[in-house]
Amino acid sequence: MVAVTEITASERDASHADAVTIPVDRLPELGGPVKMQTRDLKLWYSDKQALAGINLDVPERQVTAFIGPSGCGKTTFLKCLNRMNDTIEGVRIEGDVTLDGTDVYDRSVDPVQLRARVGMVFQKPNPFPKSIYDNVAYGPRIHGLATNRGDLDAIVESSLQRAGLWNEVKDRLGEMATGMSGGQQQRLCIARTIAVSPEVILMDEPCSALDPISTARVEELIDELRDNYTIVIVTHNLQQAARVSQLTAFFHLGRLIEVNDTAEVFQNPGESMTRDYITGRFG
Amino acid sequence: MADTTFAIHSGPAAQARLRKRYARERRFKLMCLAALGVAAIFLVVLIGSIVSRGWSGFLVTQMELTVTYSPEMVDASNPADGNFRMIVVEALQKEFPEATDHSSMRALLGLVSNGGFLAVRNAVVDDPSLVGQTVTMWVSAASDIDMLNKGYVDRTAPEELRRVDDQTMAWVDKLEADGRIRTGFNWDFFTTGDSREPELAGIGGAILGSFWMLLVTFLVSFPTGVAAAVYLEEFAPKRRWVDIIEVNINNLAAVPSIVFGLLGLAVFLNLMHLPRSAPLVGGLTLALMTLPTIIITTRAALKGVPPSIREAALGIGASPVQVVSHHVLPLALPRLLTGAIIGMAQALGETAPLLMIGMVAFIVDLPSGPLDAATALPVQIFLWADSPERGFVEKTSAAIMVLLGFLVVMNGIAVFLRQRFEVRW
Ligand SMILES: Nc1ncnc2c1ncn2[C@@H]1O[C@H](COP(=O)(O)OP(=O)(O)O)[C@@H](O)[C@H]1O
Ligand SMILES: [Mg+2]
Repeated sequence: MVAVTEITASERDASHADAVTIPVDRLPELGGPVKMQTRDLKLWYSDKQALAGINLDVPERQVTAFIGPSGCGKTTFLKCLNRMNDTIEGVRIEGDVTLDGTDVYDRSVDPVQLRARVGMVFQKPNPFPKSIYDNVAYGPRIHGLATNRGDLDAIVESSLQRAGLWNEVKDRLGEMATGMSGGQQQRLCIARTIAVSPEVILMDEPCSALDPISTARVEELIDELRDNYTIVIVTHNLQQAARVSQLTAFFHLGRLIEVNDTAEVFQNPGESMTRDYITGRFG
Repeated sequence: MADTTFAIHSGPAAQARLRKRYARERRFKLMCLAALGVAAIFLVVLIGSIVSRGWSGFLVTQMELTVTYSPEMVDASNPADGNFRMIVVEALQKEFPEATDHSSMRALLGLVSNGGFLAVRNAVVDDPSLVGQTVTMWVSAASDIDMLNKGYVDRTAPEELRRVDDQTMAWVDKLEADGRIRTGFNWDFFTTGDSREPELAGIGGAILGSFWMLLVTFLVSFPTGVAAAVYLEEFAPKRRWVDIIEVNINNLAAVPSIVFGLLGLAVFLNLMHLPRSAPLVGGLTLALMTLPTIIITTRAALKGVPPSIREAALGIGASPVQVVSHHVLPLALPRLLTGAIIGMAQALGETAPLLMIGMVAFIVDLPSGPLDAATALPVQIFLWADSPERGFVEKTSAAIMVLLGFLVVMNGIAVFLRQRFEVRW
């Protein structure tokens, strides 16, 4: 009985050694426009290759989920989309990443401006040790999005409202953000990202440090945000991927093994490795 | 199965093992406690010996004189030119009428310190209407009398081996009995400069000298050190030359301070011809010495800011410079200031480099700026410790207490800043 379900790492790797990253011609047809696109994206940390030529189309105003075992390169890939890997020493990147058709790694692109368009929410809530107001207002301030205090107040309010946090914090905007609960902090981080009016929001396991109730709130929020933003979310929680996303991409060992409509991936995976992963046989 | 588990962790063998473990742990704790005790004893002995020797340095012996400013001795139109030695002698002769011969009068003069004569003079200079009147005033006693009053003169020693002869001792005892001798707090100690006479020597000049010097040190080494550290930590590519710089900074921090003194001598005095003995030069020299410390502590403070904050700022489109100036530096500031204060405290206690650049001169005037000749607290201690007079022994210890006081305050501020303002994660 044991022998059937448990697949050891070496067996798994042996059995899937032939699995390759998806070529461009096998990418699924998307119903709508493509917001971001990667072609043959490779990344090395010093000599260690972490991404082996990823091809992926991220649909506009939809939620794309990345799933896969730890260390398969989900975070690495996500950070390529807004060039957060640029700051890491020894990183080498090849291939193309485009946002609305322009190469984000082009010399003419300022990574700082890019990150205003492609915002990011991190695994662990990381509010600035400042007031709630200042956390949300920071982005608009540095990008000069508000010309006066009234504008700024309006941006802060609407961002907090869209992050579903306004009613909880409207009377204590001056309090330290670090004093809030983990779930509130994460929604504040989302509000902080929204405040800059990005087009794409990248979320790296945004709920992994949250309790189930906070997780549910954030999931609702992601669903609402989909109307206005393109969202890419990395998650370890397969149910979460199934609940919030329209497109699911399965990564393994730096390769993109399968990408398809979320329902399709979970009900009828095209690759045996995907099936093994979503049925809990490894990962 | 269950039985053996039970037996392993109870029963006599287990009890014995447990006892052995307890004994080992007790021994370990005792050793730690003993080490702490030794450290505490050292500290108590050190502080105790300094305080017991130095506390009287903050006190001054004064005697009450009934001074008559007779018009023969002092002219109301030109009171500064009066014969104040004679006035003092006459005032004392009211107490000791028998002292009329030349040598007795000289002995009487020896009771009062130069500061005492000055006080008698200043009173009438400030208020010439005193001429022709008799006033009583407290003036400071001569150093030998001060020592006698504080119990530092062995009264049982033979007269020829004593600093104070029998006659003088008898006079002092009479004054004492009449309530005309008192011990007061020596405020002047904190406001006056150095002097050849121990009862007049004050630490004020050295405190001011140290102040100007540390000001220069801080203004030079803090901005430079912080900026260098920010560049190395936040912006410099992790290349070979950065490693080399890093190694060199660490080495520099370990260079003996006297070497910095030689460097200061060569560069600031011989090459740039800055004024000798000036706090400016001392400050610059100490800045060189403090710079590596500040760079190292600043880098540690910057490293202490969690990467998540940098990511957060980068993730909403802050530039690397904004990340540093808006987030990393403000968050590192408490630790950074703590490091700077500790660096300053080190500089405050530094003596050797100052000897090299001539801040060891005998300077009576208070320095009014970083360009005036001055000495510094530790150098003053060094100078007084070198003086043979008994009066300087207590001054030395008193000065050490003042220096330690400043160090305690500075380190206290550092601890306070760290506790109060440091953001914890
Ligand atoms: N800064 C880094 N330096 C070197 N290797 C890294 C770095 N970040 C990630 N890696 C490696 O790259 C691989 C992918 O990591 P990551 O993208 O974090 O995986 P995931 O998010 O899917 O768990 C892992 O093997 C990890 O050890
Ligand atoms: Mg990850």
